Amino acid sequence: MNVNLIMDASAIERALARMAHEIVERNPQTDTLAFVGIRTNGAPLARRLAGKVGAILSRELPTGELDITMHRDDLDLRDTPPAVGPSAIDFDVTGRTVVLVDDVLFTGRSIRAAMDELSDFGRAACLQLAVLVDRGHRELPIRADYVGKNVPTARQERVTVSLVEDAGKDEVVIEK
Amino acid sequence: MKKPKFTWQRKDLLGIQDLSAEEINHVLDTAAAFKQVGERNIKKVPSLRGKTLVNLFIEPSTRTRTSFELAATRLSADVVNIATSASSLVKGETLKDTALNLQALRADIIVIRHSAAGAAHFLSRFLKASIVNAGDGAHEHPTQALLDAFTIREKKGKIAGLKVTILGDILYSRVARSNIWLLTKLGAEVTLAGPSTLVPRVFERLGCRVVHDVEEAIREADVINLLRIQHERQRQTMFPSIGEYAAIFGLNKERFARTKPDAMIMHPGPINRGVEIDSDIADCGRSVILEQVTNGLAVRMAVLYLCSGGNPA
Repeated sequence: MNVNLIMDASAIERALARMAHEIVERNPQTDTLAFVGIRTNGAPLARRLAGKVGAILSRELPTGELDITMHRDDLDLRDTPPAVGPSAIDFDVTGRTVVLVDDVLFTGRSIRAAMDELSDFGRAACLQLAVLVDRGHRELPIRADYVGKNVPTARQERVTVSLVEDAGKDEVVIEK
Repeated sequence: MKKPKFTWQRKDLLGIQDLSAEEINHVLDTAAAFKQVGERNIKKVPSLRGKTLVNLFIEPSTRTRTSFELAATRLSADVVNIATSASSLVKGETLKDTALNLQALRADIIVIRHSAAGAAHFLSRFLKASIVNAGDGAHEHPTQALLDAFTIREKKGKIAGLKVTILGDILYSRVARSNIWLLTKLGAEVTLAGPSTLVPRVFERLGCRVVHDVEEAIREADVINLLRIQHERQRQTMFPSIGEYAAIFGLNKERFARTKPDAMIMHPGPINRGVEIDSDIADCGRSVILEQVTNGLAVRMAVLYLCSGGNPA
């Protein structure tokens, strides 16, 4: 198996810093801004982005996490039910501009599930999507508003994001 | 490397006796996720969309049947309720034929309550549908034990090492049997108490302490789970009178005052106020009786999701 490094710790850091500035630039009405990460890797990324945007705006921004398992569309295709965890959104979503955060954008099905689930918490005024890596091969009409890195891939290749919070190091690799 | 993830492999939940501690903990973890769904604006997820659940209750119940119905509805499944009085069982149809007919109607999950021990196990032997035992005679009531454990874990932070006293009619109680199996598997110290006719020493073989003095049973307890007298199952008089039972074994204010200050009071319902529990104690801050009902919904959502959420071949 061939493993190639596509982002190291400093590349991830710079990408997130740029995305934070893009988020501020795109949203002049910053008082309603909130971040929601898709578990598992989206959650720490959402906290980091919220931290960076909060530093620019000099205040704390509400941050939550979604576990999208209950909203997946492939439950019937699996032999055993995948483990579910609780979502944690302790602010009112209604009326907010919510930036959904995930590590890799691939088929778009996770994002569809996350959008469905988020609407169960309330009616956001506006939903935007931030991903660390966009690897293509969409199966649904979904696109990201903020992208850390566009990575052309073949369908069968695997993109793996490791983050300090879970894996002890920051890197993105592609396995062929 | 992370350790390999546990995966749930059962299509049926028949009892606690054959579950491993790992399986029990997986249900409790899953229930925590589903409890959170109940706190959202929209308390419904699409996990069981397109599936059909039949509540086959051959014995009366309001709490458990309603709880399963709401749990299934919140998972987006369709629900059909069948009560004994309205079913063909009164016309002489056997349980097996009733169940096969339900399966022919493409029921995916059958939740059964029956006065005969083993009814759920019996159905599971020939049905492809998932079978969930909602109480079989005096044998098992697994979802009640799971919701009790969920409540204890949520309130006390753990189960292992806790002293749990189950007080009342143990002999005729399926709640007691399921609780004993579950709590001992997870490392709690279980004490059973009540009249010697209803709490025979034979229960010591299940790994618990049997005590006939209420004061001794409740003094050290972290959790006190009270059970109602199951008049409908008793074939002979097991104690002189309800009044005497209440006087000797009921949790009244004097006895309550001598429990540990953080002892938690539980009851699976329906409660008989003034018999096994003083009315004020049932409503006090240390009583979690209504939280048990709320948690029951989350636990049943978890059980339905786990037994039928994948696509078992």
